[in-house]
Amino acid sequence: MLEQILALLPQVIFDGLILGFVYAMVALGYTMVYGVLELINFAHSEIFMIGAVVGVEVFRYLAPHVGNGFLLLLLALILGGVVAGITAILVERFAYRPLRKRGTTNRLVPLITAIGVSFILQDLVRLIEGLWHNEFFLRMRTVEDLEGSVSLLGGAIFAQTKSFILMGVSILMLVGLTYLVNRTKLGVAIRAVAQDLPTASLMGIDPDRIISRTFLIGGSLGGVAGVLFALQYTTITPYVGFLPGIKAFTAAVLGGIGNIPGAMLGGLVLGQLENFFGTYLPILTNGNFGTEYKDVVAFLILIFILLVRPQGLLGQVVKEKV
Amino acid sequence: MNALSFLLSLAYLGLAFLAPNPLSHLFGLVALGVTAFLRLVPHWRTLNLALLTLAFTVGLMRSGNTLGLIGLVGILVALTTLSRIPGWIRVLLGLAILLLSVPLAGFANTFVFELGIQIGIYAAMALGLNVVVGMAGLLDLGYAAFFAVGAYTWAIFGSEQAKNFMQGNFPLPGEYMYLFMGIAIVTTALTGLLIGLPALRLRGDYLAIVTLGLGEVVRILANNLDHPINFTNGPQGITPVQRPPIDGFRELMATLGVHLDRTTDYQLFFYFLVLLMIGLVVLVNVNLANSRFGRAWVAIREDEVAARSMGIPLLPTKLLAFMTGAAFSGVMGVIFAAQRTFVSPESFTLLASITILGMVILGGMGSIPGAILGAAALTILNLDVLKTFSEFVRTSLPQIPNQVDPAKYERLVFGLILVLMMIFRPEGLIPEKRHRAEMEEA
Repeated sequence: MLEQILALLPQVIFDGLILGFVYAMVALGYTMVYGVLELINFAHSEIFMIGAVVGVEVFRYLAPHVGNGFLLLLLALILGGVVAGITAILVERFAYRPLRKRGTTNRLVPLITAIGVSFILQDLVRLIEGLWHNEFFLRMRTVEDLEGSVSLLGGAIFAQTKSFILMGVSILMLVGLTYLVNRTKLGVAIRAVAQDLPTASLMGIDPDRIISRTFLIGGSLGGVAGVLFALQYTTITPYVGFLPGIKAFTAAVLGGIGNIPGAMLGGLVLGQLENFFGTYLPILTNGNFGTEYKDVVAFLILIFILLVRPQGLLGQVVKEKV
Repeated sequence: MNALSFLLSLAYLGLAFLAPNPLSHLFGLVALGVTAFLRLVPHWRTLNLALLTLAFTVGLMRSGNTLGLIGLVGILVALTTLSRIPGWIRVLLGLAILLLSVPLAGFANTFVFELGIQIGIYAAMALGLNVVVGMAGLLDLGYAAFFAVGAYTWAIFGSEQAKNFMQGNFPLPGEYMYLFMGIAIVTTALTGLLIGLPALRLRGDYLAIVTLGLGEVVRILANNLDHPINFTNGPQGITPVQRPPIDGFRELMATLGVHLDRTTDYQLFFYFLVLLMIGLVVLVNVNLANSRFGRAWVAIREDEVAARSMGIPLLPTKLLAFMTGAAFSGVMGVIFAAQRTFVSPESFTLLASITILGMVILGGMGSIPGAILGAAALTILNLDVLKTFSEFVRTSLPQIPNQVDPAKYERLVFGLILVLMMIFRPEGLIPEKRHRAEMEEA
């Protein structure tokens, strides 16, 4: 028993790291939008899914023409990010902005809208894929250059090139985003709108433009994450965004919603926990409780965090204004 | 104008007799629209509604086309919402539609019964969710979980399933279903308490996510509790589930001169049972809305801080709303399990929860007739309109890939309904007064 657990441990940690980076990238989008609008953007999981679908299509059509796998992946990342970012802007423009303009104080209205948008996007993608290929279960095409594998720690870890790319890109994204938010003019504007929208608009910031930019940034990060997710896990459907989406939101809450390094940390922690339970639960319970319960664990973590430390690991306590 | 609308209604009555087909039913719907939306003298309007009730009933009996059912639902909505119709006419016509027209149509086309029962089950659930979302303003995205608990409560003991973990004589005989309706109230209310205790301490939008998560947890449990001990039989689901014996009901119907055969007897029985349940649920709902608790819920919905400073205990009040909604859903779950004789985790997905939420939103949050209308509209849309549309596409446009089958796109339809309602009419189709005020002042 214990030997079995220890023998698997390095691989479990490594796979948890991959999963954690995926959650972290998606969590960034949730956290940014929440920071600015205090809205749980339910549709973000579908933005992520759209990125994944774009990745599959790019690989499907361009793999025969582009010899170099790394170049192909770069193209897919750019296209996935752009398409997802534009979708996010459109969602904000046509679904959320009319509600803001009406100025409803009811918090449920934007949330219900977001759920509706999420459903619409799922079926729209299914419709497009259905018309295009008459199927919606998509397989990511494998490309030799990205599938190469190495053994680490004397064979204890089996790792593929694509997994290292995934981790590298997510670290780059976090660093880039932190720089953007803390050091650029746009970042200052985003933080100003997040802190106090009416005052920011009095200081010459156009809140609509900044909110739109926020959706663009969060959306394209989600899209890039989607492409990498498709590369890593290969099977994609229009409904694939739902669970990673909920878990990435959990990660954002775990790190402290609205906090960018927090989202990254929360993602990594959640990835480790989930993979740990998913692998060891069947072993510890003699197969009585299978891997399926890992989702239950993620939800229980979410509830626990919200009850015990609602501001998350790195978040600050926000006073409810009356 | 009055004469014109009367002539239209009369013309449709004639058409329903002579040429009962979808086109003439569409004409009937136009006549109903004219009657409802033009400015008519009240007694003409009342007369038209009575005429149209008769006409749609005749049309349904002669063709069985479900467009007629949409007409009847429309008349029911008109009866509840239009002003200056005498009260006894409202009651009389409403009862005539529910107790005579629909069963008569059902004998012509048993699908009408199926629709009626589904509408009824969903309407009762929408009324339950309406307490939680509409009155207390708590967004619950895992509402189907309570439905599942209710359904499994009866399915496990009303089938051979319970033999896997208990000594005893299973399945329990069908008449135990009534007892289990009571037991389901307790089990689902307790589930509501368990889920609510942690979740209801949270802010509104967090509550939504947590209930969604817990709803998924219930589904995952239902899917996986077939090992180590087989409680739920996992993804295969449980079948056959016992139905209550209906000899007494058959005799009663025979004395009334209604001859039932093997297919329609249970359908008619469940149809009446569901109607009875809706009557009870509406009664409870109306009384709750006008009680201390109802007012406390509205206060919490409008302003939590103010409500608390007025001495309303937040957590107990919210828990009560949650448990009430859960209990409604649980009772309907038992009926659902018995009517289908089959229960599986597939019926209790997030889509089911969102469907019920969509019904409440479409009708109007906090509005009792709204929740029933929403249930009728979405159920007919889902089970009937989309399927008809699918057949139409399949037969007339065979070159379209089979993945583009409208019946598979209910999420798209529900999503559009949610988004469009929130943008253009957040208070719903039949708004509740206080909600309308809230949405407009904003």
